[in-house]
Amino acid sequence: MTQGRFVRLAEQDRPSLTLYVDGQPVTAMEGDTLMVAMLAAGRVLRTSEFGDGKRAGFCLMAACQDCWVWTEDGGRLRACSTPASAGLRLSTSQPGASWPTAN
Amino acid sequence: MASPVSVSDVLIIGGGLMGTSAALFLRQRGRSVTLLESDLVGRQASGTNFGNVRRQGRPIHQLPLANRAIAIWRRANELLGADVEYLQSGHIRVCYRERPENIAKMEEYAAEARHVGLDLELLTGNALRARFPFFGPDVLAGSYSALDGHANPRLTAPAFARAAQRAGAQVFENTRIIHAAKQGTDFVVTAEDGRTFRAPVLLITAGAWGNKLSQQFGEPVPLTPRGPNMSVTEPVPYAIAPAVGVMTPVEEETVYFRQVARGNIILGGSTRGPSYPDQYRAYVLPQNTMKQLRQIRRLAPALANLNIIRVWTGIEGYLPDSLPVMGRSATTSGLFYAFGFSGSGFQIGPGVGETMAELIDTGTTPIDLSHYDIARFRRSA
Amino acid sequence: MADRELTPRIVVVGAGPAGVRAAQTLLEAGIRPVVIDEAARAGGQIYRRQPTNFRRSHEALYGTEAARAQAVHDGFDAIAATVDYRPDTLVWNIADGQVWTASERGYATLAYDALILCTGATDRLMPVKGWHYAGAYSLGAAQVALKAQACAIGARVVFMGSGPLLYLVASQYVKAGAKVAAVLDTSPLSNRLRAAVDLIAQPGILADGVALTRALAKAGVPVLTGVTPLEITGNAENGVNGVRVRLANGTERDFAADAVALGYHLRPETQLADLARCDFAFDAKTRQWLPKRDQDGRASVAGVYLAGDGARILGARSAEVSGRLAALAALADLGHKVDPLTLVHLRRQVASYARFARGLATAFPWPHEQAANLPDEAIVCRCEAVTAGDLRRVVNETGAKEANRAKAFSRVGMGRCQGRYCGHAGAEVIAACANIPVEQVGRLRGQAPVKPLPVAIAPEGEE
Ligand SMILES: Cc1cc2nc3c(=O)[nH]c(=O)nc-3n(C[C@H](O)[C@H](O)[C@H](O)COP(=O)(O)OP(=O)(O)OC[C@H]3O[C@@H](n4cnc5c(N)ncnc54)[C@H](O)[C@@H]3O)c2cc1C
Ligand SMILES: Cc1cc2nc3c(=O)[nH]c(=O)nc-3n(C[C@H](O)[C@H](O)[C@H](O)COP(=O)(O)OP(=O)(O)OC[C@H]3O[C@@H](n4cnc5c(N)ncnc54)[C@H](O)[C@@H]3O)c2cc1C
Ligand code: FES
Repeated sequence: MTQGRFVRLAEQDRPSLTLYVDGQPVTAMEGDTLMVAMLAAGRVLRTSEFGDGKRAGFCLMAACQDCWVWTEDGGRLRACSTPASAGLRLSTSQPGASWPTAN
Repeated sequence: MASPVSVSDVLIIGGGLMGTSAALFLRQRGRSVTLLESDLVGRQASGTNFGNVRRQGRPIHQLPLANRAIAIWRRANELLGADVEYLQSGHIRVCYRERPENIAKMEEYAAEARHVGLDLELLTGNALRARFPFFGPDVLAGSYSALDGHANPRLTAPAFARAAQRAGAQVFENTRIIHAAKQGTDFVVTAEDGRTFRAPVLLITAGAWGNKLSQQFGEPVPLTPRGPNMSVTEPVPYAIAPAVGVMTPVEEETVYFRQVARGNIILGGSTRGPSYPDQYRAYVLPQNTMKQLRQIRRLAPALANLNIIRVWTGIEGYLPDSLPVMGRSATTSGLFYAFGFSGSGFQIGPGVGETMAELIDTGTTPIDLSHYDIARFRRSA
Repeated sequence: MADRELTPRIVVVGAGPAGVRAAQTLLEAGIRPVVIDEAARAGGQIYRRQPTNFRRSHEALYGTEAARAQAVHDGFDAIAATVDYRPDTLVWNIADGQVWTASERGYATLAYDALILCTGATDRLMPVKGWHYAGAYSLGAAQVALKAQACAIGARVVFMGSGPLLYLVASQYVKAGAKVAAVLDTSPLSNRLRAAVDLIAQPGILADGVALTRALAKAGVPVLTGVTPLEITGNAENGVNGVRVRLANGTERDFAADAVALGYHLRPETQLADLARCDFAFDAKTRQWLPKRDQDGRASVAGVYLAGDGARILGARSAEVSGRLAALAALADLGHKVDPLTLVHLRRQVASYARFARGLATAFPWPHEQAANLPDEAIVCRCEAVTAGDLRRVVNETGAKEANRAKAFSRVGMGRCQGRYCGHAGAEVIAACANIPVEQVGRLRGQAPVKPLPVAIAPEGEE
């Protein structure tokens, strides 16, 4: 499935911006949260650490912490409360390079 | 006086790791045991601690006890019939550049430890960073113990208590002992609600509360309650095998961390906070959490990308020489102590239980307890 | 303004209707409060504002509540420059008379003479098998998506749960042009009749509610009551593809959907009150622990006041009133003269909202009995992926019956949401399994930080 999870219903005449999710360009709009940017174009935000599958956030009000994504340099962002900005490079899994590997 | 609720060979006051493991090992030796706990078993220091199962860094004279404990940790799941998440995944203790003299201390310690069965590998420079790429530039050297590790404190003491119960021990929770005395050949202890318990042998394993009971036998000790700070991050891919700690004389710099197999990283140490044993409460001071994070960033800058999702602390009893009280009473025959583990009782806990059981059962133990004699405080307290 | 007015220092946490009215009341008495809010823009939950470059009108956003929303927004905009307003700032801990804040700038502390907590509410959730799938959202989330971002959470949305918000958000979706597959309410219709005696306390709100149901019916949305949720169907990879419920008549029915909005009314955000060491008491009507407070909002700890939905779920209109009352209580305790008639008037209003809220609790009860019937494989704690079976095993094998004890052994409530979404349900699962009243299970103790805190955080002004 390539179509997005969220459906835009109004406010569609905003200027667009491009950010990158797992290396792929994603077109979003100024004023979008990262979550809306990612889910208007895709289906998921991350994979649960405990083997129960994909997650796409839950509360949208900065309370459940289910929507954390990574920046490519290993930083963490809460997608539902962070505004999207042009050129941002995000990852739906933890970028290996940012993390010490096991010895 | 009402008749006692229980009469047994041994009474144990305090259901932390020390009391619960002693109860199990006494049962294995065929002694009848009653364990009394004012709250729920394993909820105080034993259930809130960092979970380091580390031998290195302990006084050399304590290593035989620590080795005894390691042997139990290795078979803990089988012994207890429960998974206590023990990982023998190594422990590394590092020192900072500004204290190069610590390298010599590490070498000296390693040389002595080797004779007591603890093998340590000293690592510096590229060798250190190649194996442990997460250390910050301030880290100068590390002493690595492959056979140390960590476990889940929330699960351990309760698992010992359940195993002891299955083996026949009586466990009374929500039973706070307010009075203990020897009457004739027996000890009679009285709970807050008036219930009494009787036995010819009494073992006090009451952690930070130990002094309240020992002073009833004329043996006060200068026990100070403190609360070490803990924090935990969100889960991230499992990548850091060993538990990690800093060797330093400065309390604020003494931080440590470990990653659990599920991925969360547990951070501990830096300045300890106050705790209130009478109210059974301890609070994390936010300023201490902030100091801890600063020190953790210095130790392992990569952790700065993570978030802490929860902090906690617990009540631990500290003695001025950082050594516990462990062994016989100096005033009262049949009375034994094991408390005041001064921030480092988790690893040795099962060994303490086994040693106390042995001492009570046979009257002797090969473990050298002379450093822990309660009589050492006779003058100072 | 002169410095004098910064003392005594009163800190208001939250700039929703309660916080805004509290701040206004303090200013009117000549005190300049500090107003701290985690959100970028004032307004709170119900009157949450859209980003500045969005164009929809207040009418489009807030419907029947547009005028109230406008009044709260204008009210705050008028004082924003006068009060010490700190948006985008989280209060993550309270200790020794200080609040600890965190923001992009770092952390800081702020000592207070009085602290007014107006922290609002989040959704109250009862798990259902499959609620961890991508596409299952809280009911509040569905509304936030629409209000703040002009989006629907899916192309075909099922609203499932209970409470007034279920109907409100579903009808907002319909009005905005989204496809609503069904509204599935767990409360039987008969409850609403029994609740009428209390609901009549607020005839206006009641009439609005009735109108919503009519609008949904008119739009052809199936609205079913007395429903038992069985499962959110779908899979771990692609997420939700529908819901399965048992209808009031006993038959099972599937509804296809790519998103579910799930919620059972609201629960107060009480973490800060807990960290401030306020006492809590069990509320039998709603089966939850709430911070104690007197009729004006004084908590059990001197100098701490509670207002709005963060103290009791009484709704937005009541929040405005209780915000004023809490500010007046703080002023009175600091030695200011407070008009007793005003107090009487405001208390009477809150009492009327409280009666209405009681009616809502009767009409749309928390379906605690579902916890007993949750299949073992259903996840209870989404953060840690702990199932009902895991939790029951802990209760049966270790005898853990107290909430924090069961958390220590099972990890339920140990994740990054701090038990917000599993705490109530977890307690019900334990109570049902151990066959004890839920109040005996107790409540999860609050632990700092209130929300995740970056390990990288440094004091404000450093670097
Ligand atoms: C936050 C923290 C971090 C730590 N980190 C580590 C670590 O990483 N590694 C390590 O080795 N050690 C660590 N420690 C220390 C370690 O946890 C303790 O030394 C050890 O758990 C002590 O066990 P205990 O059984 O003596 O005490 P406790 O576990 O405190 O048990 C004593 C019990 O006695 C009960 N009691 C007290 N008075 C009475 C009474 N009158 N009647 C009945 N019952 C009574 C109490 O309720 C309590 O349950 C840490 C401690 C804390 C608090
Ligand atoms: C999604 C949602 C939709 C709702 N819709 C309606 C509705 O349509 N009608 C109705 O009557 N009620 C509704 N409610 C209930 C609503 O919460 C209240 O009626 C009203 O918003 C309560 O006002 P308040 O001031 O108490 O809290 P809120 O309006 O929730 O305001 C609380 C504020 O506190 C801030 N805050 C909380 N914790 C912290 C912290 N630790 N640090 C800093 N800031 C913090 C938040 O950012 C927020 O701005 C809704 C609730 C939710 C969650
Ligand atoms: S979706 Fe819950 S915190 Fe973002």
